Amino acid sequence: MNAIAANTAGNRWTRTFHWLLRREFWENRGGFLWAPVITGGIAVFMSTLLAVAGVVQARRNLDGTPAMDDLPGYLNSVGAAGDGLLMAGCSLTGVVLAFVVFFYTLGSLYDDRRDRSALFWKSLPVSDTQTVLSKAAWALLLAPLLSVVVGLLVGVALWLLAAVAMMASGMPHPTALFTHAHPFTVAWRMLLTVPLGLLWMLPAVGWLMMCSAFVRSKPFLWAVLVPVLGCVMISVLGAIPGISLPYGMIWYVAVYRGLMSVIPGTWSINGLEDRLAQGSIHDPGQLVAAILDQTSSWGLYASWDLWIGAAIGVVFIAIAIQLRRWRDEA
Amino acid sequence: MNATVSNHDTTPVVSARALRKAYRHRVAVAGADFDIGAGRIVGLIGPNGAGKTTALKAILGLTRFDGQLSVLGMDPRTQRDELMNQVCFIADVAVLPRWMRVREAIDFVAGVHPRFDRAKCERLLANTQLNPKLRVREMSKGMIVQLHLALVMAIDARLLVLDEPTLGLDILYRKQFYQRLLEDYFDENKTILVTTHQVEEIEHILTDVLFIRDGRIVLSAEMDHLAERYTEVLVGADRIAEARALGPVEERALPFGKTVLLYDGLPRERAAALGEVRTPGLADLFVALMKGTYA
Repeated sequence: MNAIAANTAGNRWTRTFHWLLRREFWENRGGFLWAPVITGGIAVFMSTLLAVAGVVQARRNLDGTPAMDDLPGYLNSVGAAGDGLLMAGCSLTGVVLAFVVFFYTLGSLYDDRRDRSALFWKSLPVSDTQTVLSKAAWALLLAPLLSVVVGLLVGVALWLLAAVAMMASGMPHPTALFTHAHPFTVAWRMLLTVPLGLLWMLPAVGWLMMCSAFVRSKPFLWAVLVPVLGCVMISVLGAIPGISLPYGMIWYVAVYRGLMSVIPGTWSINGLEDRLAQGSIHDPGQLVAAILDQTSSWGLYASWDLWIGAAIGVVFIAIAIQLRRWRDEA
Repeated sequence: MNATVSNHDTTPVVSARALRKAYRHRVAVAGADFDIGAGRIVGLIGPNGAGKTTALKAILGLTRFDGQLSVLGMDPRTQRDELMNQVCFIADVAVLPRWMRVREAIDFVAGVHPRFDRAKCERLLANTQLNPKLRVREMSKGMIVQLHLALVMAIDARLLVLDEPTLGLDILYRKQFYQRLLEDYFDENKTILVTTHQVEEIEHILTDVLFIRDGRIVLSAEMDHLAERYTEVLVGADRIAEARALGPVEERALPFGKTVLLYDGLPRERAAALGEVRTPGLADLFVALMKGTYA
């Protein structure tokens, strides 16, 4: 009997959460779905124009098949270009995602307080915990997932476009674009960036949601100016002789992890820089491999930076729930 | 002061003892005691800044407070999530999210509220101009209130709280609002708590009133008792001195030399001897009891 009751309560929670997620999508369809789709569409359209121009140019200048010294190397490069195009789709929607997530989280717990419609949501049997978690779920998981899916579709479109262009311009071995590429690996690795991104974005998303739940007005100023001005002031302080502070560390924590971590892939920049500095990358194939490795390898989970940031993000979100519960309007 | 809005059968729906809420610079509710029984329509009436909205917020668990407050046997501070299954409210007016479509609003409430009756909601909206695809931002204020009311009335809540529900609406919508509430919603298992400045418009639907002033309940009575207790007498100029000697709570002059005097607890026969006797309107009573509020 108790088990049944518990089960119903559980169902009820899931059901409510499901509707809250739908609600977020209804409100933010434009940002979550149409922004990446339209950006991708524009990118494909512009690439088509470029491809047509390129093909015309190439047909005019190409006389006979160019000499081929290193055929396997060439084929691999063509394949790597294919992989690169797939990833290009994801990086494009990733950039859009950064803006969408930033402004979505910043407004998530503020906009409905400003127009007082928060009172309507609060008049329904929906707990503040569920409300805040549904918004966090969109920012951290569902929006990035949608972004990767749309990005891969855009990537496939660019890929096919490149193949058509290669064929039309009479370049040798256009089929290498398919036979020497690794679309499933790329797609899988891009999907793997989602859980990593979730943990990585937690401190920034948590901070923005906490600000969003806390401020009475101007959430952007609070969320951005407080950490940035704080860092600037600490840096200015450093000009006083005799005071030395770990500025790099402070900027990294407050601004890079606290705000800029909403940009997908920012976790891979350090690793990639190291790789490039080592000079271990010699051809496009290795570059693609290095990017995939740095954006989604399991080894990245073994970093204190990631987990400490995630823990702080969870604390921020817990505070946001409390603020949402008691912030008193009007 | 301990006032009780009477309740003949069970435990009260809302019960407050020494309810107090202080903001940083101002005390909004200063130790109010009241009970609201089941199956009543109670008007919480008071001047601006008397603490009406704060008291409602405390009942709805939207704000912290001191003292004791029990709503349907629960503490709104700690059991709000549970409470909201049985309590519903409309705060101020027209605050539905602007991006939402009629269909989305119905789908969402139906999805999250176990006591929502979708068929009833659709029936209530059937005769309006609200079609499912319409967005809130495209609606007039009156239409938004219609939608909100339809959503809320389709919820089988035990307590419905309305805070200035008709503010900014024209007279047609206001009349319709209360009419529908009475005809299609209210029954003996439900309790409605309403605040408004348009006292005349709700007077006929109320069963009880609570007058609040400076954060305290100054009058708490059933409407029937009110009619027995307070008497209004229309006195001619010839008998005015005699009438004044009986200690009226309030007097106001009418054109053509007549004066209206309001008495608290004056026997009917005594009053009838002075002049024409009437039952005072709630608005007149309110004005009389709130005298000096803004002084």
